[in-house]
Amino acid sequence: MVRELGIGLALVLLVAVTTIYNPRFLNAQSRKDLMLGATILVVLAVGQAIVVITRNVDLSVGSVLGLSAFATGKLFLAMSETPIVLAVLAGVGLGLLCGIVNGALIAVARVPALVVTLGTLYVFRGVDYSWAAGQQINAADMPSGFKRMGTATLLGIPVLALFAIAVLVFAGYYLRNYRSGREMYAIGSDPEAARLSGIPVGWRVFTAMAISGALAGLAGVLHAARFGTLDAAAGNGIELQVVAAVVVGGVAIFGGSGSVYGAALGALLLSTIGSALPVLRIDPFWQQAVVGALILAAIGLDRALTARIADRLRGRRARGA
Amino acid sequence: MLKRLGTWDILVIGVLALVVIASSIAVDGFATSRFWGFLLLDVIPIALIALPMTLVIVTGEIDLSVASVLGLSSAVMGQLWLSGVPLPVILPLVLVLGMVLGAVNGLFVTGFGLPSLAVTIGTLALYRGLAYVVLGDKAVADFPFSWTGNTIEALPGTTIPWMALLVAGLAVTFGVVLHATPVGRALFAMGNNEQAATFSGISVARTKFWLFVLTGAVAALAGFFWTMRYASARADNGAGLELSVVAAVLLGGVSIFGGRGSLIGVMAGVLLLISLRNALQLADVPADTLTVVTGALLIVSVVGPNAASMLRARLRRRRPAVTPVAGA
Amino acid sequence: MKAMRTRHVRLGASLIALSALLMTTACASDDEGDTPAGGGNASGGASGQIKEGLSVAFLPKQVNNPYFTVSDNGGKSAVEEFKGEYKEVGPSEASASSQVSYINTLTQQGSDVIVISANDPNAICGAVNQARQGGAKVVTFDSDTNKDCRDLFVNQVTAQGIAENQVKLISDQIGGAGKIAILSATANATNQNAWIELMKTELKKPEYSKIELVTVAYGNDEDQKSFQETQGLLSSYPDLKGIISPTTVGVAAAARYLSGSQYKGKVALTGLGTPNQMREFVKDGTVKNFALWSPADLGYLAAYAGAALASGVITGKEGEKFTAGKLGEYTIAADGIVVLGPPTVFDSSNIDQFDF
Repeated sequence: MVRELGIGLALVLLVAVTTIYNPRFLNAQSRKDLMLGATILVVLAVGQAIVVITRNVDLSVGSVLGLSAFATGKLFLAMSETPIVLAVLAGVGLGLLCGIVNGALIAVARVPALVVTLGTLYVFRGVDYSWAAGQQINAADMPSGFKRMGTATLLGIPVLALFAIAVLVFAGYYLRNYRSGREMYAIGSDPEAARLSGIPVGWRVFTAMAISGALAGLAGVLHAARFGTLDAAAGNGIELQVVAAVVVGGVAIFGGSGSVYGAALGALLLSTIGSALPVLRIDPFWQQAVVGALILAAIGLDRALTARIADRLRGRRARGA
Repeated sequence: MLKRLGTWDILVIGVLALVVIASSIAVDGFATSRFWGFLLLDVIPIALIALPMTLVIVTGEIDLSVASVLGLSSAVMGQLWLSGVPLPVILPLVLVLGMVLGAVNGLFVTGFGLPSLAVTIGTLALYRGLAYVVLGDKAVADFPFSWTGNTIEALPGTTIPWMALLVAGLAVTFGVVLHATPVGRALFAMGNNEQAATFSGISVARTKFWLFVLTGAVAALAGFFWTMRYASARADNGAGLELSVVAAVLLGGVSIFGGRGSLIGVMAGVLLLISLRNALQLADVPADTLTVVTGALLIVSVVGPNAASMLRARLRRRRPAVTPVAGA
Repeated sequence: MKAMRTRHVRLGASLIALSALLMTTACASDDEGDTPAGGGNASGGASGQIKEGLSVAFLPKQVNNPYFTVSDNGGKSAVEEFKGEYKEVGPSEASASSQVSYINTLTQQGSDVIVISANDPNAICGAVNQARQGGAKVVTFDSDTNKDCRDLFVNQVTAQGIAENQVKLISDQIGGAGKIAILSATANATNQNAWIELMKTELKKPEYSKIELVTVAYGNDEDQKSFQETQGLLSSYPDLKGIISPTTVGVAAAARYLSGSQYKGKVALTGLGTPNQMREFVKDGTVKNFALWSPADLGYLAAYAGAALASGVITGKEGEKFTAGKLGEYTIAADGIVVLGPPTVFDSSNIDQFDF
């Protein structure tokens, strides 16, 4: 919880400074934009957090997002009166399929997730490109109901952000209150011990990858609704930001600790930095450097904290003995 | 050296030979010296960075920041050139820069004991970001032809760029160090079992630190080459190249968990990746398909040996093998 | 014993493989000059006729970019008219280095004409010159290289024409006074920078004295980035009256942001966009008018220019004339530039007549 508080504090500080500099940063329109801007990253970060907690990583999320976004556009092109629910299900389904491919390769062939998803990053994007073949789907081709979903708000909160909140709450509840959810942490802490204690490691990792894929698919649909104009390059390179969000949010890259709430806060922080820099009139070229520095600071901080806790534990044990 | 060839090396070399033979027959323009000249120019930066990357991965670490080091070196080169520094001075400066960037990676990994994957994802973003801070979106292009032209100059009477010979020389050096010296044995030992290596008197942290420094320096050298070859210093130079390098190294049979791999395999992996890509390109296969092929190759290269060894183990013992969990 | 035999087998196998590799490489080096040197100097076509069977390759900044899909298809229809062989190749990411690799491939394939939109004015020069030494004629379109490494540049419109047009459009929309911003592509896009410089000069004219250009933002020709930059512009300049976005990606993203925000109809937007992308925003009142040349005509003209070069109809000198099919006659201007023509302005009265 300390970690989440820390990021929350950093976020409040950032928003406060930016607002003092330019009060319009927090007006109604701008708040809406901030929430919309974070939505896609939060959804991806929740999925990624679950994967990272099991000591794996999913680098293919950007490509899955692109594929699913383009598929959503294609679906509306083919049948313009497709109900929105069906479009969402189709996107999630396609993402799930990609996640299953990743999960199967990792769990069955016992191959590191880093390598597999690096490979599928290329493969899914390539499939996306050759399917699109240079086609662009324009906002005009999307049904207006779907586009309205991209801008509509409910009680001041954008509808798209509600998706992200729902995903976050479900995932948080699952990890905390379900046995299989807690087993994810056990796997990340010590895979061998988890296996010996009877946890179906392969199956759980497979599930985590499938969830991450499905959420990336959902993110694709949300992307389509928000941006309207689609080509095959949607989400290109976003995997770096997602991993950054998760790490900044306090999920240990070697698994076993962290929470989806932290990851979501990390995502919110990163996307807010992205919006704050132009408002603060800082050269946008600094953005990527700042993200990099944040990742280093976050993992460094984690290390320092764990070391101190370990010291304290050792000290207590020594005194107790 | 040949004695050390493993099954995987032979397989990769065999597949490479197959690709070369098949393409020579089927693809018009493949079996020309000009094609190989172009191909070698494409191979140079990847092969160059793959050399230290092999050593890094053998010790069980990884460096994903190499392409960003390349880009930052290129951007700094451009800025130095703009402010009137001559190229013979720029080259050593850039190499020092690469060493510093590598040392930062090394410090985080060995000094603070952080996972190299996370550290170098961080510096991947940081160094690329700094490249944009240094040069913005500008391109510096007025380097003298005496340098840019000479960089891609072929050896007299051939189409083989002289830089390719330099890379080959370096490859032999790296190969000898890795496979025939105590240093190389220490690297394998670290990758296999770090604790055991420490107990046997190898200073793991110091060795790894210098490996990252070396990787930074070589990536910066690749940045210098890249800038000269394309006669254009840009912040986005080499973006995404780390994926090709890692793909080539893994394709060459180096285990991502460390402790296993050979330099001959890696060089064959680099050649296989690039010649397949260029041959398909020559055969007018669209870029999308090339992307899929690259990804699929990478997956096959890790799934293949794993599946084979699992199958073998299962056949031999008739019971499921216990293998370590797939880690990030 | 067994281990030893395996080792021998392995050694043998790898030796065979290696020697096969070496042999192919060795054979390869004898084949120099196998590649055809381009049909350009085969049978002379000085009569002003374009030869049949020319191989014309289009190399856009990136494939999968809808703008280039349209202009390359324009090129395709031209190539079909003069009975050549058309193909489109290119990288899926807009980088100079990957374009070089494709130029090399085309050089080896002995293309007669290479029509290219350069990602970097210098980085592809070396490769392009090798292609020209191999007999290819090189025409740049949309984005030029240095003028000494191509034969012709087919310019969509003069930079001056764009600057005048864009400033006039925004001035009319904001009533000739107020703050404006420019949303560009990348900061090193050759054409964008030339236009922006000329727009600044144009704004110094007395009739525009009440208009102030506050900033230039870069959306990198990415939809999302442009969308966010528009958002940033409006929150950092509350009294902004109008935006010029002289890039198809930027103007569509900016329009989409405006149409879903409180600024719709209050902040003027114009730029260079395609009718299909902008139709919706013109109809809902977000955008009053915008301009563009026809990308299909651009590709069409570039293909004819390349074919005319390869057939010997023209050599690329200033003042030479050639006929580009349905588009009529064109004259080469200074520095080997051919200009397509003035941009078309689209508004609610005419937008439905266009489909690209």
